[in-house]
Amino acid sequence: MGKISNEDLLKKISDKFQDQVTPVGQPFGLLTLETSREQIIDVLSFLKNDAALQFIYLTDITGIHYPEQEKPIGVIYHLHSLVNNVRIRIKVFLADADVHISTATVLWNGANWMERETYDLFGVIFDGHPDLRRILNVDDMTAFPMRKEFPLEDPNRVDKKDYFFGR
Amino acid sequence: MSDIQIVEAPAGIEGAGFFATSATSAIDKAIGLGRSYSLWPLPFATSCCGIEFMATMSPHYDLARFGAERLSFSPRQADLLMVMGTIAKKMGPVLRQVYLQMAEPRWVMAVGACASSGGIFDTYSVLQGIDEIIPVDVYVPGCPPRPEAIIDGFMDIQKLVQTEALRRRNEPKYQELLASYGIQ
Repeated sequence: MGKISNEDLLKKISDKFQDQVTPVGQPFGLLTLETSREQIIDVLSFLKNDAALQFIYLTDITGIHYPEQEKPIGVIYHLHSLVNNVRIRIKVFLADADVHISTATVLWNGANWMERETYDLFGVIFDGHPDLRRILNVDDMTAFPMRKEFPLEDPNRVDKKDYFFGR
Repeated sequence: MSDIQIVEAPAGIEGAGFFATSATSAIDKAIGLGRSYSLWPLPFATSCCGIEFMATMSPHYDLARFGAERLSFSPRQADLLMVMGTIAKKMGPVLRQVYLQMAEPRWVMAVGACASSGGIFDTYSVLQGIDEIIPVDVYVPGCPPRPEAIIDGFMDIQKLVQTEALRRRNEPKYQELLASYGIQ
């Protein structure tokens, strides 16, 4: 168990940000919050620099795509307080036409590659990132492959055509 | 002026590559025989097929029996490129560069389902068979293939080497094939 309970943590954040941050739930004991892209750097900065909380470790930045939502593209931050042994997850959702969000490289240098990966796979544009280009896929790829509208399979594949299977 | 008469040299016996013309095909066969039992393979191993290849190289299966004990880890001296494992699209240009650095005559063997067709990785990031970027001489099926299968594929390469013309690269068919891959 961590040294700070989720309730205390949530209260501390609520006191600071009021309704700018909304709790989503606590699956498997992991406190999950949602916020807006205007607030995200302030929230991360508060969690990192607060003397009691000290979420100094950025575990991961990743993305998610829910096509049916009004704001379909999500950016998800996982933080870990090494001092208190507590983890937290923060989600920000973005509209399809406007996938800009501020970079977290101002707080953690390690955010650099995580944001490049999220850009590569989901097409999220991190404003202020020092070197935002693809990291895993080939440079000339035009798709953001983890978005649902792009097919997972390679179109060049020839041995899985229907006529091989009598379809 | 000297009155010494210099006799012309007799007509040389010349032919493809060597000073022998009357029996070009026999020379081809002799050279092919020599080449086939001293192939220097370049293992391009990226995953589990590479592990099978290690077994193939080691004393139990002993690829050295076929004259291939000298692995060339530089493409410059290699004759046979053995591609073993999944080739991601990002790895594609690297593999192509390795192939281009090999000198003629050169052969390519695609070992395993991934190198041959992409295998189970039917996905946006994986090359669906290395024959999308370089010409392949022999495909070895299996996921991964057993060392016996790799040796069988290697013996097919040897057969190719023995029966091909001495200067395969001069044949229009071969040049056409390379041109279709944008290699001249």
